[in-house]
Amino acid sequence: MIDLLLTYPIISALVALGGLSVFFGAVLGFAAVKFKVEGDPLVERIDELLPQTQCGQCGYPGCRPYAEAIANGDAINKCPPGGQATVNNLADLLGVSAPTLDTEEGADTDVKKVAFIREDECIGCTKCLQACPVDAIVGAAKQMHTVIADECTGCDLCVEPCPVDCIDMLPVATTVKDWGWQMPKPAKGPHIIATDKSVPQDHAA
Amino acid sequence: MRQIWDIHGGVHPPENKHQSLRRPLATIPLAPELVLPLNQHIGNPAVPAVQIGQKVLKGQLIADAQGIFSACIHAPTSGEIIAIEDRPIAHPSGLSAPCIVLRPDGEDRWTALQPCEDPASLDHVALVEKIRAAGLAGMGGAGFPTAVKLNPRSTDRVETLILNGTECEPYITADDVLMRVYADEIIQGALLLARIVGTPKEILVGIEDNKPEAIAAMQKAAQGTPVEVVVFPTKYPSGGEKQLIQILTGKEVPSGKIPAQIGVLVQNVGTAYAAWRAVRYGEPLIERITTVVGEALGVQRNIHVPIGPPVAHVLEQHGFAASRCARIIIGGPMMGYSIEDPQVPVVKTTNCIMAPSIEEMPPAPPAQACIRCGMCAEACPASLLPQQLYWYAQAEDHQRLQNHNLFDCIECGACSFVCPSAIPLVQYYRAAKTTIRRIDAEKQKADRARERFEQRKERIAKAEAEKEAKRLARKKAAEEVKSRLEEPKPVVVTVDPVASAQEKAQTAPEDADSQHKKLARQLESAQIRVQHLQQQIAECDDATRRDALTAQLRQAELKLEETRKKLDDLERGVSLPLEQRLQNVAQKVQASPLDTQRNAVATIEKRLAVAIEKMEEAGREGKPTLAAFTQGVEKLRAKLAEAQAELAELEKQPQSPADTAADPQNDAAAAAIARAQAKAAAAATMSPEEKHAEQLRSLRDRVEKARAKLAEAETSGSEHVAALRTGLEKLEAKLADLEQQGK
Repeated sequence: MIDLLLTYPIISALVALGGLSVFFGAVLGFAAVKFKVEGDPLVERIDELLPQTQCGQCGYPGCRPYAEAIANGDAINKCPPGGQATVNNLADLLGVSAPTLDTEEGADTDVKKVAFIREDECIGCTKCLQACPVDAIVGAAKQMHTVIADECTGCDLCVEPCPVDCIDMLPVATTVKDWGWQMPKPAKGPHIIATDKSVPQDHAA
Repeated sequence: MRQIWDIHGGVHPPENKHQSLRRPLATIPLAPELVLPLNQHIGNPAVPAVQIGQKVLKGQLIADAQGIFSACIHAPTSGEIIAIEDRPIAHPSGLSAPCIVLRPDGEDRWTALQPCEDPASLDHVALVEKIRAAGLAGMGGAGFPTAVKLNPRSTDRVETLILNGTECEPYITADDVLMRVYADEIIQGALLLARIVGTPKEILVGIEDNKPEAIAAMQKAAQGTPVEVVVFPTKYPSGGEKQLIQILTGKEVPSGKIPAQIGVLVQNVGTAYAAWRAVRYGEPLIERITTVVGEALGVQRNIHVPIGPPVAHVLEQHGFAASRCARIIIGGPMMGYSIEDPQVPVVKTTNCIMAPSIEEMPPAPPAQACIRCGMCAEACPASLLPQQLYWYAQAEDHQRLQNHNLFDCIECGACSFVCPSAIPLVQYYRAAKTTIRRIDAEKQKADRARERFEQRKERIAKAEAEKEAKRLARKKAAEEVKSRLEEPKPVVVTVDPVASAQEKAQTAPEDADSQHKKLARQLESAQIRVQHLQQQIAECDDATRRDALTAQLRQAELKLEETRKKLDDLERGVSLPLEQRLQNVAQKVQASPLDTQRNAVATIEKRLAVAIEKMEEAGREGKPTLAAFTQGVEKLRAKLAEAQAELAELEKQPQSPADTAADPQNDAAAAAIARAQAKAAAAATMSPEEKHAEQLRSLRDRVEKARAKLAEAETSGSEHVAALRTGLEKLEAKLADLEQQGK
């Protein structure tokens, strides 16, 4: 054996290389099994950025399906509840330039809304219960229904099925508790210098 | 002498404390209406415990704490509750919040209080309960419920109790005056608080050195007690909780931790005083000392003020000149906020009402670009990097803001104070903090929504799976029943086929009868099924279900048709007389090869006709079997042609004498039959249009012939003319009819 290797050094090289490739193949194979990534981490990360209203305005039945669609190359500007901020965040994550929000998919409204059931008019048909993607409506057949305002995502999906049209989307009023300071408005032009001040405002702006 | 530490940064704004110290502590007349916000503290708003129209006495509980993180509210004077509604409150937002409105009756009658002669006899729990019941909230400005602060976690042992008498904000002198006038009570309060938190090693009162009279009073009161009055140099913002701890103990509160975690508890001197009043005399927190100051006022001083009067009422009592006033500020000039509506009420945390003149507090100059001078970083008492925070706040880079410890900012305003570009830095930080908190809250809500959505999906999937399982179980049960019914049928037949055939033949009559009955039954049931399905289809309004039902109906109809046909066949077979059948068989046996051949041709023709019909049907319905049918028809045609050729061959051959003798006209008749058959076969292959045309043509021929015959008869004067004419007329009518049809 050793004689053979000595006579034909090429064989020893082949044996060594073959051995190495088998060894590394085994290591890689083991690693692939041991450190297998469950699911698609990109989908998870996209899903994190979506507002989870589960409203379906993107055309997918919920935020996660849309996250999967984005991971598979769908446009990132189909989420009106998230607004432009979500589009920008998604663009950051995916390393693409941020498109403007596709307003055709729905109006981009900054005003947060929650569903409100006019309880006198509710007939207890349970249609809105079935439509709510986050189970934020309580009620039973022929019993008055009501919305758990804290859990409502404002997705609008309960409004359409209501046969008596007793659900309103009300804007959430700002209370002292969730009021916050606004960013100061940026200084309007350099009016510190006397010559700047003499220029009429509209020209300067 | 105690060692005093220094804090990083800090500024020295003009103190302006003398204005309000020239006059003694005073009281003002009651306002005609007291507004008591339900949320004067940090935490949950209190819940009203009174009704509109109810008469209350001074010190009576009117709103109860809701949960632990809350504080009670008591009537500041006797009177009547006239409203519980939203009113503008003292808040930078200028928003309204729920308030109880009390109209004083002027009697100022106290409710029955529960004083305690010897607070030392009470234990920790009872003392905390008394403080809680008195509605104490931190008097320094933030309004943290005192009872919560006095109940530190069991793991946190308080080593140092600090009373905060720093009052580092310019203009404000409320605590200064309090310490001068009520030094003894404050010291008693300090001892009380110390007892509550478990006798700490040191009890310190921190006072800045710009309040010599307060220091003197406090030192005098503290003599002979474990309370130590510590004096340190004036610097803004030494009064911040974390800053004061650092100055007095040298310990720094780690980022994101509370002082209790390093064994320190800080209370405002005002809180200590209120705690003493609450425990010793049972008095709830219904009044406080407030500084009323500013050049727009005729009188600047400190006053005892009950909770609830509108700021406008307080200002009126001090010669307020609205025209001179730049803005009304609640709190000090550094950390206070402007209010738009002077009707907002004074609350438990209002330590100062400022009405500065325009010269005293000119509007902030316009902000200019940051020049990166770094003065803000030098001034920051929390050792942050204000300019970096400013950049990141502008860029809304929340991650970096948090990395730079934005939430350690105490919003003291030292950075804005020193900024040469007059940038409102604190406002940026407040806005950024708000945004980050909002995003966090939204994220939490989104997570909850996601969780709920997933749970809902799971629930629906589970219900669906249960339904499916039930369906499968039902199906299985049905199959079992079916198989049980079918089981006895397959009996293995190993009998001699001949014998069985004989047996069959013997039993045939009965068989035919029973079969007939069976078929009739089947027919009936099939009819019922068809009717039932039709009814169901009529009632059904679900499209997919209707499709399924239609398919079922189609099958049922096919079955019905089949049954009917079988029944017909059976009846025909039965009705055929036995003799005739026998004759048929005999004929078959005796038939000459020529007859056989003819019969064969006829059979093939019949089959061909059926095949063509089938093919046409297939073609009409676009069935995939069309090709197969077409092929079959081709084959049959070929066979027919072959058979006909054979037949012609046979006919050419000399007939057997017997045949010829027996039936001399047989040939002609056979030929006519063959022609007719060929014609029929041809007709069978024709399309309806072709058939029609053919019929038309033959009819026309016949009309022509009839006309010719009639003409011949007329010329020859035959007696058949009338008969021939009616015949012709009939034929013409038929032709016209047919032509009409063709159109």
